[in-house]
Amino acid sequence: MLMEYLKAFLVGGIICAIGQVLIDYTKLTPARILVSFVVAGVILGGLGLYQPLLDFGGAGASVPLTGFGALLAKGVREAVAEKGFFGIFSGGLTASAAGVAMAIFTSLVTALISKPKDKS
Amino acid sequence: MTAKEYQSASDKAIPHSKSYRNIPMAFLVGGLLCVLGQAVMNLCLYYGMEKDIASACASMSLIILSAVLTGCNIYDNIAQHAGAGTLVPITGFANSMVSPAMEFKTEGYVLGLGAKMFSIAGPVLVYGVSASVIYGLILFIFGR
Repeated sequence: MLMEYLKAFLVGGIICAIGQVLIDYTKLTPARILVSFVVAGVILGGLGLYQPLLDFGGAGASVPLTGFGALLAKGVREAVAEKGFFGIFSGGLTASAAGVAMAIFTSLVTALISKPKDKS
Repeated sequence: MTAKEYQSASDKAIPHSKSYRNIPMAFLVGGLLCVLGQAVMNLCLYYGMEKDIASACASMSLIILSAVLTGCNIYDNIAQHAGAGTLVPITGFANSMVSPAMEFKTEGYVLGLGAKMFSIAGPVLVYGVSASVIYGLILFIFGR
């Protein structure tokens, strides 16, 4: 049990540290880092390299945005196997629908009820 | 001033960030967020949920947490110290949606809040989904 948390901490921490290295030593803006991490997740997931990381690190691999990318790839792979051509387009968003819908809805609610920080 | 000149001028103006502090901080905060996700995931598994759903619930809980902290103007304060530690986890994705949605609410609910919410999340979805479609095409053509 404790080992599981330690692994999640290590894997998640290392993925975030890689992001920080990219911020500090390259000209990548935060937006570009998010995009790169998701695309990297799709590629790693597609090549089958991300699943071992998910098996080892659990939430440490699924919580970073690379996990989101790997989830898109996994959804497409399963949908193509099941539904063929249609699955190419339905798989990714179907697999990630819950997270995306949750993010959209909580963002809307939060923005409606909260006030931005006074910048003056 | 062209965009290029501006870029080089702004590069000079930015002080060199302290990597010896930034990288361990990103590791620590990012790791802790993942531990929190793991705790939610274990709780879900304990109550008999499937692994995929438990994992999604962990992400969704962190999205809510991030939205609440962003709404209370706390997330950005943490992010100043944690850098990629708060950017790379799914909480950073949620923050990138909530933050502009709040800020641009004054410009209207459709083209302000609604549109600006996707100023960063939009590109993430565009390139993420497109990459997955390309992967699907490759699978479809060569995988059978």
